[in-house]
This record gives sequence, structure tokens and C-alpha cells, in this order.
Amino acid sequence: MDRGTPRALIGAPIRRVEDHRLLTGRGRYVADLVLPGMLHAAFLRSLHAHARILSVHRAAAQALAGVAAIATWDDLRDHARPIRAASRMTGYHATDFPPLAADKARYVGEAIAVVAADSRYAAEDAVDRIGVDYEPLEPVVDPRTAMDDRGPLLHEAIGTNVLLTRAFSQGDVDTAFGGPAVVVGDRFCFHRHAAVAIENRACLADYEPGSGLLTLWSSTQVPGMIREALAEILEIPAHCIRVVAPDVGGGFGMKSALYPEEVTLCALSRRLGRPVKWVGDRREDLMTSTQAWDEQIEAELAVNPDGTIRGLRAKVIADVGAYSVYPWTASIEVIQVISFLPGPYRVPHYRGEAWGVATNKAPMGPYRGVGRPVSTFVMEALLDRAARRLGMDPVAMRRANLIQPEQIPYRSPSGIVWDSANFAETLERACQVAGYETLRADQRRDPSARRLTGVGVATYVELTGVGSAIPASPGADIATGTEGATVRVDPAGTVTAAFGLACHGQGHETSLAQVVAQELGVHLADVRVIHGDTGAGPPGSGTYASRSAVIGGGAAILASRAVREKALLIAAHRLEADVRDLELAGGVASVRGAPDRSLSLREIARCAYGGVKRLPKGMEPGLESTRFYDPYVGTASSATHIALVEVDLDLCSVTVRRYVVVEDCGRLINPMIVEGQAIGGVAQGLGAALLEEIVYDGGGQLLT
Amino acid sequence: MSDTVLVRFTVNGQSRQGHCEPRKLLVDFLREDLGLTGTHVGCEHGICGACTILFNGEAARSCLMFAVQADGAELGTVEGLMSDGKLHPLQEAFHEHHALQCGFCTPGMLLAALDLLRTNPDPTETEIREGLASVLCRCTGYQGIVKAVAAAAGTLRDAAETAPALLRRHPPP
Repeated sequence: MDRGTPRALIGAPIRRVEDHRLLTGRGRYVADLVLPGMLHAAFLRSLHAHARILSVHRAAAQALAGVAAIATWDDLRDHARPIRAASRMTGYHATDFPPLAADKARYVGEAIAVVAADSRYAAEDAVDRIGVDYEPLEPVVDPRTAMDDRGPLLHEAIGTNVLLTRAFSQGDVDTAFGGPAVVVGDRFCFHRHAAVAIENRACLADYEPGSGLLTLWSSTQVPGMIREALAEILEIPAHCIRVVAPDVGGGFGMKSALYPEEVTLCALSRRLGRPVKWVGDRREDLMTSTQAWDEQIEAELAVNPDGTIRGLRAKVIADVGAYSVYPWTASIEVIQVISFLPGPYRVPHYRGEAWGVATNKAPMGPYRGVGRPVSTFVMEALLDRAARRLGMDPVAMRRANLIQPEQIPYRSPSGIVWDSANFAETLERACQVAGYETLRADQRRDPSARRLTGVGVATYVELTGVGSAIPASPGADIATGTEGATVRVDPAGTVTAAFGLACHGQGHETSLAQVVAQELGVHLADVRVIHGDTGAGPPGSGTYASRSAVIGGGAAILASRAVREKALLIAAHRLEADVRDLELAGGVASVRGAPDRSLSLREIARCAYGGVKRLPKGMEPGLESTRFYDPYVGTASSATHIALVEVDLDLCSVTVRRYVVVEDCGRLINPMIVEGQAIGGVAQGLGAALLEEIVYDGGGQLLT
Repeated sequence: MSDTVLVRFTVNGQSRQGHCEPRKLLVDFLREDLGLTGTHVGCEHGICGACTILFNGEAARSCLMFAVQADGAELGTVEGLMSDGKLHPLQEAFHEHHALQCGFCTPGMLLAALDLLRTNPDPTETEIREGLASVLCRCTGYQGIVKAVAAAAGTLRDAAETAPALLRRHPPP
């Protein structure tokens, strides 16, 4: 393994330390875990999009060999509360989402009953033998129809299908659309989408009746949040709950909600006193994992004849599916659309209005980018339309409107502060790399060709590493602005860095180890990163919203520096040197200019744990630090993408000839990993734009 | 449903056997009965390729076969790729070219790539993309994977003279 040169670790394309186990089939995903006495669960799921559940017949299933238990909500309701995503946000209604459907099912695939059996095969046999009497209700599938509330209601207790209304405004937008304004507008539809991680969702719950401890292994991005939620829902003290995200096979935001299966398995394991595992199959994943987007946007842009923006107004209707998911609520996508819509441009007058409407479909949740893909697409499309109307080049149109470096920090119309950015720089650089002028010239060369090329340009800015100033989920009572790191040097001199965040492909075990090793002054191989285990790391929520490198990395720096300072004080004491003359590098503290006067980190650690006789007067033993970091506002991350796309007019086929991304990432910890994330994101975006869609029919049946 | 049958085959050069229901999928038998959890299940209907193994030397979906169909066969899984404590050149190349992120598709991807390079030791980029189209990756965007397979092809061609076993039916006896 590359031991790395101290001081040069941050910024180096270090090969990942997690690769070895994943390449050799020794990764440990939830499906791979086996506990003594473990049962396997399978769920009976609603065939109807909207139906009252009259009765569930379980005798035939119960009689099958190997079946340990069958449960419906009636069996669990004394042991668990419905999932409820509360929020102080005005204009929002939380929904009660029982982990097993209580009296009615609200989407195809909603869990109605669970079977625990000796094997998954036996559990599925039993599910097939459970009979359900349904009273089908009229399904609501079109959000515009659902909004007027004259038809069926999903949640009678709420009294409306509109779970959310929200607006942002700045200035006098309607006046901006008058006078000399040139106005362009359109109606945009974003399809319903699914993350489709290659690992389906899975969880394993183990309640130990002797100790009262509950452990949940789950393919989740947010173990800390799940732990807090389970404590409330199951009424088990949080310190008796441990949530572990082992190796997780992709998340993309979809694995950042609390799911009914997680609650059900915990309640079932508690009732049975045995571990119970559920591994979703692909059909379950498509039917029940949170879906994304499905928004209709009416947007208009008013510009001056010189191309500068006067105002922007938009109405966004989101189909949020049947329930408001915990902890993000039904607002998570649509509010971010109106929040990010003005993009990196000077928009003096703005109004964005959003509605989140319940329909009989799987719940909507966060998905890669959350609001940014939709808002960027709409804003950039409006700019293109305006450029066409004015006869301007699309790039010139953007140049005329980008927020300039001297205007930073810039407060956006929705209240986000862009703290450090140079938007024009990514645009100019992308044009240069792509050879923009040449592309345009080539494009005009043969207008009669049956293959036409299009050049697409998009510049955007997003908020990442969101601190406590702006909650990742507005109004929700969850801490999303901080993360902690515990950096510990053990008596053997090796370093363990434990985090509350989790990893599902981002390579934190490498990049965070790079940060710790460099800040502490040790070899990379001497640092082990632990994440995704609430029993091992400091309190934290998990990995979502592009936050872990910023917030986890920040905490890692603070904790590593604290440990380094203490280690140097101990070394100074032992070496009888002035601490200001000491340096710590490569795991050795030495006097500058006198390398023979040195102490290894192992020797320092021995002193640290050896007691007061070996330590400076008054120093507490031990060599570890837990520190938390709050980036407060968060960090602006911006980019320009340029795509060269060819369309065959006869075949209607689309070929992406070239794709250029220039991204302002700030300081790169591991450029190889950053590039991998960017390329993976582009591929997923192309899939979304050209190939993928979740389709429901008019009866709310999932056709995909 | 509890009637079981005896299944015997060779996996990664070792003779293994067990009793299972005739309906048990080969991938479940490998994972649950033999503890070879490196082979993953992603879709159970032959789309994603995460469960790809070598079946008598050829890439095959272990989720689309019953364990009983493998009776007497010679199987290769990701656990058998290393030899003498060293990573296979494909594994090395995946590591070097950042060809994996979450790692869930990786075992299937490696075995599909191994099959490709055995039948076509010097593939073009297009041939690599076609050869691996049977395995889906959601994280990487495939660029690192394609680079890794091309690099491994070069390494394996160079090594073929000195260590021909690498390209022969896996694993070496």
C-alpha cells in the first residue's frame, strides 16, 4: 500500500483503501450478514393504488412449515408509531405513514403484512398464501386533478391532497415583466424518476431481549437519523439503539429516508426476540423506494433588450406520491427547485411558488442533486429561449447575467448566500476546453444535413456542505448542519478516526484518512476510518446533500489538529525541547534541525496512556479528540457543462459526441475520487435525460 | 417443498457440495450454503449482471440458474480471482483506474471482463463496452471500468508468455 508522503496527501490521487475488500468479494453488505437464529422476512404488498383493507386472512400462510410469524399493523401498533415527518414549515401537512398499512393502502407496493420464516423462500411462499379483502377506491394519479380536492383524498384526516405550499419572492416581479421587458416562458415537465442503486434496500434487525439492545444494520445513508427516529417510533431509549450502515451499494439520496421496512423489522425482532433480515428484490425497490422529480414548471423570464435579466417567475407543482417521507418531508425536492431557480445569475426580481401534491404513487424523496437538476434545466432553457429571441449567442447571454466576483458574497433571492465563487471562470474555461467558437462554426456549416448537432451550455451553482444556517430540510427538527470526528491514537501508535457520516461509494475511508494523516503528520496506512456505525462514531446524521467531505473533513481537521497539539506537548516534555521547535511528520515528532532528538507517535502514545509521571504537569492522560464542525452557511459549488449532441433526423437517435465539465470544487482532497463522482454524475444525468422514466398508468399501477 | 437434493460442483478449484431444494437459485446456494457472498444479487431477472460468475469457463447469470443445474460443473467466483495472495491483473487495474465506487456491481463486472478477455485478448474500446454491456454500474459512468479492462488486457497479454494460466480456464487446477 502507498504509505504516502506526509504533507502531500491532501490533493493527491491516492488509490482507495476500500477497494481491496470490494474487489475480492469480501465486502460486507447487509444481504451478506448472518446471525444465529436469524429469520428472513418477506412483505405482502398492495396490489391496488388506493384501497381500503377490509381483512387479511393468514391461516393458510401460518400453517406452512418454517413460518415463525405473520404480522399486520394490528399486531405492531402497540409497539410502533406511524412514521411522521414533522416540520415547523408553514403551509405543510405531515402524513401518518404506518410501517404496515393501517386501514388503507395508498400506493401499489405499500406493505400490508410481513412474514418472518426460516428462509426467504418459505417467507415468500407464505406471502403468496395470505389473502386480502380490498375495497378498491378511486385512485388519484394526476397532481393537477388531485389539487382541486373535489375528488378522492389520500389522507382524509388532513382534508386536502396539497401537502405543501410555499413561495419565495424578492422585489416587484410583476412590474419587472412590464415596460420594455422581452418575455420568454414555457411549461416544463420533469418525468418521474428512480435512483435504482444496484444494491436493493435491505435491513437486519436484532433485538436482544436480555440487554434490551436493538441493533439495525441497514443499507442506509443516514444511520444517525434512523437511530433518532427509531427511538421515538419504537419508544426505546436511543442509547439502547445502534444503527449500522455496513458496505452500501449506492444511495444517490434514495437511501436517506426512514423506510417502513426498517421500522417493521425492528418491531418484529423485538416481538420475536430473534434477528430478522429483509433483502428487497428489484421489483420491491422500484415500487417502494423513494422516487424523484415528477414536476411541472411554468416559468417566465423577463429580460432587457441588451439581454440582462429583469425578473423571473415560476410555479412548480410536484407529485410527491402518497406520503411525506421522514425526515425530508414532501417539500424536499420542490422547495429546492424554487430555491435554486435563479442560479448563478443576477435576478433582481423573483417569485417562485411551489405546491407538493399527494397522489397514489410511491413517495417522492431526495435524489442526486435535489432540486438542482430541475431548476438548472428550467433556468438554462429560459436563457436559451431569451438568447434566441434577442439573436444573442447563448454564452454571451450568460456572460451578461452571471454574478460577478466582486458581488460575492451574494445573497440569492431565496436567501442562499454564495460565499466564494467565480462563475464566469467555469464558463470561460469550459468554452475554451470545448472549443466553443469552433463548435458553433461547425454547427452552421451544413444546415441541410440529416444529422444535426446541438451545443448545450449550462452554468449552475449549488449549495453543498450545508451548515446550520440553512437546514437541509426546512423546518424539520433534525440536525443537518454539523458532523463530528473522533481521532484517537491508541497505545500502539495507530490512529482510528471515527465519523457519524456513512459511505456508499464515495471513498471516505480514503479521502478522510488523507485529511487525518496529513493534519496529524502520520502515514496514511496508520489511519483507519470508521463510519456508518452509531455505536462507533460521534453523534452525526449521515451522508447526503454533498456534505461529507466539507463537514466530515472539517471535523477531521479540527480533531486531528487537537491530537497533534497534545502529542507535540508530550514530545516536548519528554525531549526537554520547546514545543515550537518540534515538528510531527511521518509518525515521528522531532526537533527541527536535530532529527536524532525524536519520539515516535507510538512512544508519545505510551506516555499519553502511561499516566501523570510521564506527562507534562497537569495534563490529562489519553490521546484523542472529538471535535464538531459547522460550516454555517455552507459552500458554493459551481460548474459549467457543455454538451455536443447529434440528432439523426431520420432515425431520431441521439448521440452525445462530447461532454465537458468544468467544476469549481474548491480544494480537492482526492482528485481521482472527485473526477469519478463527476463522471458518474454525468452518466446518471444522461441516463435520466435520454433513457429512464418511472411510468404509472391512469389507475396508479406501476408499469416500469 | 422441503425435499432436498444433493448438489456437487467445483468452485474456484475446490470441490463443494450441499443439499438444497430443487428450486434454489444457484446464486442463493453460493451465498447462503457455501458462504461465497462475493457474488451479489441485484435484480433476479438477468438484467443487472451483479450475479455474473464463470460457469464451465463462460460468464453466466447465477440468478437465472438453479443450483441443481450446476451439478458437476466447474464454477468461478470473485473469491477465486486472487492467486498466491496477489490480486488478479483485472483487480489491480480496477483499483488503479478507479473502476469501482460502491463495489456492488464489481464482482460481476470482473467476471464478465475475464470472460471477455479470454475470448478477445486485445479488445477495442467499443468491444470492451459491448462485452461489458451485460453488467450495470450506477456509480462510475463506466469510464474507469473501460480503462481498467483495456489496461488489464495489456498486462495479461504481456504476462501470457510467462504465466499462461491467467488466461486459461479459471482457476488453475
